Amino acid sequence: MTADVSTERPAAGSTAAGDTLILPSYGRAPAGNHPPLDFTGYRSTALRHPKQPLVLLPQRLTEVTGPLLGDELITPTDADLTTQHAGEPQGQRIIVTGRVLDSGGRPVPDTLIEIWQTNAAGRYRHAREHHPAPLDPNFDGVGRCITDSAGRYRFVTIRPGAYPWGNHYNAWRPAHIHFSLFGRAFTQRLVTQMYFPGDPLLPLDPIYNSVPDEKARQRLIPEFSIELTQPEWALAYTWDIVLRGRNATVFEGRPA
Amino acid sequence: MSGFVTPSQTVGPFFAMRLPWRDGPYVVPEGTPGAITIIGRVFDGAGNVIPDALIETWQAAPDGTFAHPDDPRGASPGGYHGFRGFGRCETAPDGSYRIVTLKPGPLPAPDGGTEAPHLDVSVFARGLLDRVVTRMYFPDEAEANGSDPVLSSVPADRRGTLIAEPLPAPAEGVEGSPGQLRFDVHLQGEGETVFFDV
Repeated sequence: MTADVSTERPAAGSTAAGDTLILPSYGRAPAGNHPPLDFTGYRSTALRHPKQPLVLLPQRLTEVTGPLLGDELITPTDADLTTQHAGEPQGQRIIVTGRVLDSGGRPVPDTLIEIWQTNAAGRYRHAREHHPAPLDPNFDGVGRCITDSAGRYRFVTIRPGAYPWGNHYNAWRPAHIHFSLFGRAFTQRLVTQMYFPGDPLLPLDPIYNSVPDEKARQRLIPEFSIELTQPEWALAYTWDIVLRGRNATVFEGRPA
Repeated sequence: MSGFVTPSQTVGPFFAMRLPWRDGPYVVPEGTPGAITIIGRVFDGAGNVIPDALIETWQAAPDGTFAHPDDPRGASPGGYHGFRGFGRCETAPDGSYRIVTLKPGPLPAPDGGTEAPHLDVSVFARGLLDRVVTRMYFPDEAEANGSDPVLSSVPADRRGTLIAEPLPAPAEGVEGSPGQLRFDVHLQGEGETVFFDV
């Protein structure tokens, strides 16, 4: 690692006028990895996707840096959604844990993760939520944590419920938890959803199925872990989240 | 090209449960000397405002530095007290957002040129299966904008979508910052904002 840094980082003073600025660069995901912005099965995309092609932006200083949001945002109960109120929430207690990695397999330490979800009955605590399922006075459905030095994170929460949405007749979203991640660069920002293995609604869900590549889609599903399941307490799921990886240093904007 | 990553999924309609922070729109505390306010609205392809979008901004400090270890020039010698570089604001029922920040400095480009002052802007919303990314440039930087390598890569007739509009300064004796800019985002249709593949 130290050797990498010494060869990748420019010597001090190399950015003086006339010199080349040497920056890291972040690889783009392969075709089929991310959903298209225009996806007929998900009605809300119709008026919200750009019709003009995206313009390629070779990464520069603003793109290879990013907000390093830290501990000042986090309180100790933020990672345990079952202890944010005086009483215990209804539903199946679960542990969701794993690592944040880049596509080169390197851990992403000290990075903020934010999550939100429904309660066990499939209801969000939000003013515009109209699903007639009960709110749970002991469950807000929001959490945060920072990955440790090995990129690990851990949440304790309640298994969310499925809920109906108006996308098409009898449309139900499979149970899921929303995840928001920063990584260390603007290019690594990711907002996604974690589903649950074996959910019969998955094959019917346009949002899940908007990811073209089947292997990529399966990266949205954690594994049940009996090893991490706590006896007499909570089921455990492991889910590694993979952000874009850093390529070897390139001289951007210069012909090879 | 690189290995597979975790796919993006939409933020959906209920991200405001978690993502907005009370001081999220304040890249610097309100009232900071030299602070500017960026206001704007987010529109869909039918020209309707989007009341459930999230705007995030990321930018350099006024001296063109980033408080980040991957800036090979090192951090700002003096630093900017209270400057976070990052702003986050959900849109209101009228589709509007507001970011209070400092104007960033110009940046050296890897090819030896100079980037005009700009903010990177991410837009998230229900109906967006992945974020879209744009840049905001400043209307009082015509010369720097003219030689900016990113703006130059955009078709000339669409560059205007990336340049904020100046707003009149508040009247004498009225509270507010003199530096007010409008930056609207059109996800689709007439005047569609230029979005980048970063």
